[in-house]
Parts: sequence; structure tokens; C-alpha cells
Amino acid sequence: MRGRSILLLVPSTLFLFLFAATFSAVAQAPAAQAPATQAQVAALQQQIQTAQMNADNAWMLVSAALVLLMTGPGLALFYGGLVRRKNILATMMQSFAMMGLVTILWAVFGYSLAFGHGNAFIGGFEHIFLRGVGLTPNTDYAATIPEQTYMVYQLMFAIITPALITGAFAERMKFSAMAVFLSLWSLLVYSPMAHMVWGVGGLLNANGGQIPSLDFAGGTVVHITSGVSALITAIYLGKRLGYPHTNMQPHSMVLSFIGACLLWVGWFGFNAGSALGSGPLATSAFVNTHFAAAAAALGWTIAEWIHNGKPTALGAISGAVAGLVAITPASGFVQPFPALLIGLIAGAFCSFMVFEVKSRLGYDDSLDAFGVHGAGGTLGAILTGLFATSAINAAFGKGVPTGAIDGHWGQVLHQLAGVGIAWSISIVGTLVLLFLVDKIIGLRVSPEDEREGLDLSQHGEEGYDLNS
Amino acid sequence: MLKIEAVLQPSKLDAVKDALLEAGIEGMTILEARGHGRQKGHTEFYRGREYTVDLLPKVKIELVVVDELKDKVIEAIESAARTGRIGDGKIFVSRIDEAIRIRNDERGESAL
Repeated sequence: MRGRSILLLVPSTLFLFLFAATFSAVAQAPAAQAPATQAQVAALQQQIQTAQMNADNAWMLVSAALVLLMTGPGLALFYGGLVRRKNILATMMQSFAMMGLVTILWAVFGYSLAFGHGNAFIGGFEHIFLRGVGLTPNTDYAATIPEQTYMVYQLMFAIITPALITGAFAERMKFSAMAVFLSLWSLLVYSPMAHMVWGVGGLLNANGGQIPSLDFAGGTVVHITSGVSALITAIYLGKRLGYPHTNMQPHSMVLSFIGACLLWVGWFGFNAGSALGSGPLATSAFVNTHFAAAAAALGWTIAEWIHNGKPTALGAISGAVAGLVAITPASGFVQPFPALLIGLIAGAFCSFMVFEVKSRLGYDDSLDAFGVHGAGGTLGAILTGLFATSAINAAFGKGVPTGAIDGHWGQVLHQLAGVGIAWSISIVGTLVLLFLVDKIIGLRVSPEDEREGLDLSQHGEEGYDLNS
Repeated sequence: MLKIEAVLQPSKLDAVKDALLEAGIEGMTILEARGHGRQKGHTEFYRGREYTVDLLPKVKIELVVVDELKDKVIEAIESAARTGRIGDGKIFVSRIDEAIRIRNDERGESAL
């Protein structure tokens, strides 16, 4: 009993203390009403700035998480469902491997090569091993968030870009060769492209580059590079055994559907996060992203309904992804209704690429990485030049026309230059790396391994054991 | 002893099971199968191209019964599964050499 009574002492003491403190504060009130000093104002301003920065940082960290979600499990499920059952794990492993490998490469060299000071084409070694990348902002890129936030946000982009390429060579590439090829690709194609478009002094940087091009969240850096590299890889590797007359339908549209929806939601981090803050520009990008996805899903669905007589689930989700790809470069530059239009055009255009162009030209881009990302990214980059307006984002300075809709038709040419560079670096870089890795390791699995399925031949596992 | 195998439409499984139970048959094995007879497959679309899927889902029931029950079993299955359309399925009857109850090694008709 005595023990319990002692406990009462604690709250009582606290209460008495608070009571006394209140009274003493009240008693001091008249003195505090004297004019505030410079130091107090400065302290308040600092607090306000910190609060604003924390708001931006909160959204940026969430965005980084959303972009990672796009790879794992978004892309893993989307691609995984589209392949045959015997390759499900291998397909997911390819995306997952990027999550591990690219992270390490980015930390060691990748971030420095992309965002360090260098020349117009590539960064330098100033941030090797993330030297100098701490918790204070890097005002070259984002003045209100710690540089580590910026670094880790950009890392998620670096992860998903090579993961997208895996769609082109699905069901036939060796895991070891894929790991080496995509690691090298990340350093030699992705980092330079990211530097050119977003890095300080980059050739295509909207802020002072020699050919200022507008790429809000990575239409050229992520989608064109991955899509075109995908096409090159698909052609170099050759078609899957039995393509095109064998039926290689998706083994689980359910998984793909879930993956696509995760991509849609994750894309809010991809695009709206590229505002690098939580202000109104993020809102613009968020709204545009959503509108484009919706319009494109509709565009592809209608195109397919006319073409086949039935709207497929695969068509609808592919349409949504195509719209998301196309709006990526435009997301922080255009008004909402142009965003709808961009989506609608992308849905119809990418469906055409996949239905007509792919079958006519005969390449086996297994999961349509080129048809959706390469083609969608190219289309989006050009439409960005058309619809970018300083009313949403005065990218070139207050009152300076941004895109064609503002009267600056020259921007479309700049966009084409960016597209051209992205295509070139992707084609050349990918061919060189494919050739090298093929000679040293060998890219394609043996026909027996391909028939057995990559899950067993590459990983000694089965995706589903329905009998256990 | 006779083995009676029936390949059926999956939607008819419950009706046939109930009919067999009513006829006094308690033991059966049910398998999921795919196949087709004269029934055509269906077409599916993948990336704008049409594919014919020939292998349709089916259900197979297997029973081993004493010879005397043969007509009763066939009658039960037919009446429950028949719709009159192509795709109703087929019944096959074959002879069984031996039947054994694993629990106590009972043999012959009493093992059924």
C-alpha cells in the first residue's frame, strides 16, 4: 500500500511544478512584451524555414519510397504476370537484382557521375562513395532538402530504368549476364544521360544547358533510354524459341494488373516528386500524371475495342502505363487538359506501335518495353515541347515563353535534340555493352534452359508449388 | 468390378456428385482435366492477335463399382450431366482386375 501512495507523489510534484511555472510565466508577461530583438526574429525565421524544409523533405522521402514501390513489386508483378509460369521468379529477380546492385553502384560511383560537377556530358568523381553528400541541401539541385534525400530519390530512378529494359529480353537471358550488362549500362548510359539532362552543366539541362530541353521527371533519361536499349537488346538477342507462332500468353494477368496499379500510384512519386518539394508544382505534376494515365487507358482501350472487337485488361493497363510514360517529361510543365490530351494520344499511339509495328517488323520485344517506354517516351518528349507553359512552370525564367503553346516553337527542336541524343547514346552504349558481355559471359541461355524455364535453369526454384 | 470414367463439364460436377450419392455410390475420385472432343475451343486476344485455345477445362470422375451397379451409375451420370449440346462429355467403362483396401488389405468386391 505504501508503495502505491509514493506513486502519487510523481504526478503531484509535476502538477505543482507546472502550476508554479505558469504563474511565473504570467508574472513575466509584461517584460516579454518589450520590442523583440533581432536575434528572436532571426530565430523565428530559422524555425519557419526549417518547417518549410521539413515539409518538402517529408514529401520527397515519401516520393522516393513510391518510386521504389514502382520497381518492387510494381514492375516485378507487371512483368512477372506477363511471362509464362516457368519464368515468373526469374523475371521478378531481374527487377529485384536492380534494387540491390544499382543501389551499391549509385552509392559508389553512380550519383557522382550523374550529379557531380564535370563537363556537359558526364559528372565527375567529387561524390565518389557519397563524399560530401550529407544532410545539408545541395543548392545546385534542391535547396530545401538534405542532399541525401535528393541522392536517394534519384537512386530510385536509377534502379527502375535498367529494370524496365528487362522486359525486352524476358524469358531468354542469363541471370549472370543480365546482372553484368545492366550494371555497366547504369554507369555508362544512365548516369551520363541523367547528367546531361539534370546535372549541373549538362548539355540538355533546362537551366543553362547549351540545348535546354524540358524533361521534368525522366521521359528521355528513363523511358527513351530504357525503351530504345530494350529494342536493341531484343534484336541482338533474337526471338524466343517458338516466337511468334507459339502462344506465349501471360500466365497471370492478375499479377500484371496489380503491378500496373502499383505503377500508377507509384508514379505520383516519380512525377510529383520531381518537383523536389511539396508546393503547388507538385500538385500540378500529380494532377497531370493521373489525368494522363486515365486518358491513355481509355485511348488504348478504345483503339483495341475497334481493332479486336473486345477491350482486354492487358490493353487497358498497358494504356495507363503508356500515358504515364508520355506525361513523365511534361508533368511539371503543362496544364491539366493538355495532360489529358497527351495521355489520349499516347494510349492510341503506343497501342499502334504494339499491334501493328511490332508484328510487321518482327522483333521479339517480349513485354513491349520499346513499344510503351521507348515510343511513349519519344512522343511525350515532343509533346512536352508543344504544351509546356510558363503559366505552370517558368522553367526559363519569369515571363519567358517555355513551349510552343507560349509561342516558343523552337523548344520542339530542342526536345528533338534531346530525343536524338537519348536514342544515340542508348543504341551505341547498349550495342557495345551487349557485344562485350556476350563475348565474355554469353548473354542468352541455352535452348534446353530456355525450354525448361529460367526459374529452374537459372535459379533452381519454382514460382508456384501447387502441390505442397 | 468395373471402372467407370466420366469426362464432364466442370459446371456439372455438383449435379453428378449428388446424383451418384443418391444412387448409393459413396466412393469416387475427381480429377481436373483439360481436353476437347468435337467442341471447338475459344479465342483469346493477346496484344492484338487472336489465339485459339483448344484445351478446355474439364472434370473427370472415376468410380470402381461392382458389375451390378453399372447401369445405375451410368443412368445417374447421364441424367445429371446431359444438356443435349456438344461438350456434355463421355463415359468409359473398363474391367478392373483387383481392388485392395489399404487400411486392412481387404481384397475383392468387399474392398470397394
